[in-house]
Amino acid sequence: MFEGWDAVVLARAQFAFTMSFHIVFPAFSIGLASYLAVLEALWLWTGRKVFINLFNYWLKIFAVAFGMGVVSGIVMSYQFGTNWSAFSDKTGPVIGPLMAYEVLTAFFLEAGFLGVMLFGLERVGHKLHFLATLMVAIGTLFSAFWILSSNSWMQTPAGYAINADGQFVAADWLQVIFNPSFPYRLVHMVLAAYLTTALVVGAVGAYHLLRDQHLAGPRVMFSMAMWMATLVAPIQILAGDQHGLNTLEHQPTKIMAMEGHYESHKDGAPLILFGLPDQAAGKVKYAVEIPKLGSLILKHSPDAPMAGLDTVPRENWPPVPITFWSFRIMVGLGFLIMGLGLLSLWMRWRGKLYEFRPLHLFAMAMGPAGFIAVLAGWITTETGRQPFTVYGLLRTVESASPLAAPAVGSSLIIFIIVYFAVFTTGVIYLLRLMAAPPHPGEQGPSHDAPARAAGITPAAGVVVEGAAR
Amino acid sequence: MIAIDLAIIWAFIIAFAVFVYVVMDGFDLGLGILFPLFPEKADRDVIMNSVAPVWDGNETWLVLGGGGMMAAFPLAYSVLMPALYTPMIAMLVGLIFRGVAFEFRWRTTQSERNRWDIAFAGGSLVATLAQGIALGAILQGVHVEGRHYAGGWWDWLTPFSLLTGAALVIGYALLGATWLVMKTEGSLRDRAYHLSWVLLLAMLGAIGAVSIATPFLHVQYTQRWFAWPNIILTAPVPIAVAGVTVLLLRSLANKYDYQPFFLALALFALSYAGLGISMYPYIVPQSITIWQAASPANSQIFMLFGVSVLVPLILGYTAWAYWVFRGKVRHGSGYH
Repeated sequence: MFEGWDAVVLARAQFAFTMSFHIVFPAFSIGLASYLAVLEALWLWTGRKVFINLFNYWLKIFAVAFGMGVVSGIVMSYQFGTNWSAFSDKTGPVIGPLMAYEVLTAFFLEAGFLGVMLFGLERVGHKLHFLATLMVAIGTLFSAFWILSSNSWMQTPAGYAINADGQFVAADWLQVIFNPSFPYRLVHMVLAAYLTTALVVGAVGAYHLLRDQHLAGPRVMFSMAMWMATLVAPIQILAGDQHGLNTLEHQPTKIMAMEGHYESHKDGAPLILFGLPDQAAGKVKYAVEIPKLGSLILKHSPDAPMAGLDTVPRENWPPVPITFWSFRIMVGLGFLIMGLGLLSLWMRWRGKLYEFRPLHLFAMAMGPAGFIAVLAGWITTETGRQPFTVYGLLRTVESASPLAAPAVGSSLIIFIIVYFAVFTTGVIYLLRLMAAPPHPGEQGPSHDAPARAAGITPAAGVVVEGAAR
Repeated sequence: MIAIDLAIIWAFIIAFAVFVYVVMDGFDLGLGILFPLFPEKADRDVIMNSVAPVWDGNETWLVLGGGGMMAAFPLAYSVLMPALYTPMIAMLVGLIFRGVAFEFRWRTTQSERNRWDIAFAGGSLVATLAQGIALGAILQGVHVEGRHYAGGWWDWLTPFSLLTGAALVIGYALLGATWLVMKTEGSLRDRAYHLSWVLLLAMLGAIGAVSIATPFLHVQYTQRWFAWPNIILTAPVPIAVAGVTVLLLRSLANKYDYQPFFLALALFALSYAGLGISMYPYIVPQSITIWQAASPANSQIFMLFGVSVLVPLILGYTAWAYWVFRGKVRHGSGYH
């Protein structure tokens, strides 16, 4: 099997597949860890029971999601070596230390305090427990910092030199870490994680409000989530715009692919809304476009000239159709999320936030929107920098391991089978947990086992058991 | 000014990270290996609860070992990972199954829980076997040309690597059994205690077999261990192994709680030191030394700052987490 296949294509498929599964969990757990810290802080501050109920409710969900993030993440950290060994040899001296710092500052912090956060409330007291929650939340943000720094360095390399062995080495660590695209990517991704979580929390709140508008927990979580969508979605759109301008400066071919600009425009480029990019012909067919708007958005002047892919050698073209469409999916969802936030603001103002059913149905439909937008955004940025792993410097085909196609193909099939078996089951468990409403006297993960082992069925136990089926 | 050899410092740091990993994840993988011997649900709940709060931190050391190696010895990382392709993929898949089982088995019904119990046991066994095979494959050396691995994807499969794979399964199972002696009570502890006896004898056999087989791999290993004057430095290792074995037998005979686990760890430490003696100064035996594989000095220095500040901190709060969940885990009072 796989004789005659291209090992590099298989390795890329494997990376795309395992990465797409992985990114979903950190995107959720970055936002959820912060949300849990906020809930616990509100509980300690106000003493209101509803906050600790919500905390325990989402903590059980966090535990399952975090575990899946950890195991799919270990795969990523070893895949650099197994499938991309040439890349590891050449870039290890620069991005290796960034990833090592991620492990040292983030992974250990998260893992070290996770046990206390999940199971330790009665053992260590409220203050120390809150500290543990805070450390886990901070850990997820540190993790985002380092991994996005190393990804950004691959997109916009800076502060490096090349040694006699052909390896990238650091000339200036601050320039490596704070490379040109990093601040934009960090802000854009962390906001995306917060929005993704808010949409899930909002959808779960909406689901339970549709059944009973008077439940305290769903009301609080729905209101909090809609505030997040209202306030953060517009900021995210602005941040995305700034990120785009930064990309135009440092990775112009990626912008050409996102915009579908095969051709140069001397006096003002149009904004292509939709169309079918044809890579072979170098044209966007059936393009629906608004004249001059592309230059207006990207250069803030309607007549500014814009270079197209016709100025770039063909062997350096990114795959335009994927980049073009994934970008549109991300932007479209971004505006839908803002629409949800605005609608919720209007209903809040009219005092109908918990009664207006169309809003709840809309919020439920938007539950997965954050995940899809995050995936679409990553597909945009990762395919847009092809055919390079280190933009302009190291080609993807020169980065792969010297492995035969059958080896890479077999492991790809194994990962596909295992990921679908394991992670779809995990998602079903998550949905089951979310299908039960948060209950007065909701217990954290520490109480599930004894309640079942002893065969007693207190109220919380019934709900949890019911949810489990 | 004293010339500091960064490559040696980093070799010790990576070796330390891998050893901490073996110490910490060793016993919890061992619990998975022993899982089929404890069919009662109540016992299994206790076993899972005894590591649930800490397993995640344990596996982070594996990420540090891999990530640290890519950063400090990128050439070795890029040669060894393709050479160990199959065992590495098997290990990752095993770790996925056992990792998610920690949470999944509480979220489901009886029949499905059995499936996750099998995933936990099978995943632990496969991951351990793969790590042991990888160790054997490294020891026997890999085919390098230029800066690349130049062998096939089944080169690692030899009787020797299978022997080290089996040896690690026995070793981790011993750590798991002595962990249960320490953390549980009643009939569960009694069974763990009997298992510890059997596994200790098997472990001694495994150490003996690997020690006898290793010198036959390369003449360098023979000289390293038996040539004069090296033998002055190497002889204390087997002598210490004998000493620790006597203490371990005595602690089992006296049915102590804590001593068997820590003495089993000491056996691991000595075996690990023996491994280091065999390999030094190679990081890919007979092909690439730690100096050839080392990152440029500024990469290693940059990380050294982080390691010297953060690793003590990490060890501190990890110890605190173990302290919070100290003591015996009882039936039905689990903190999962």
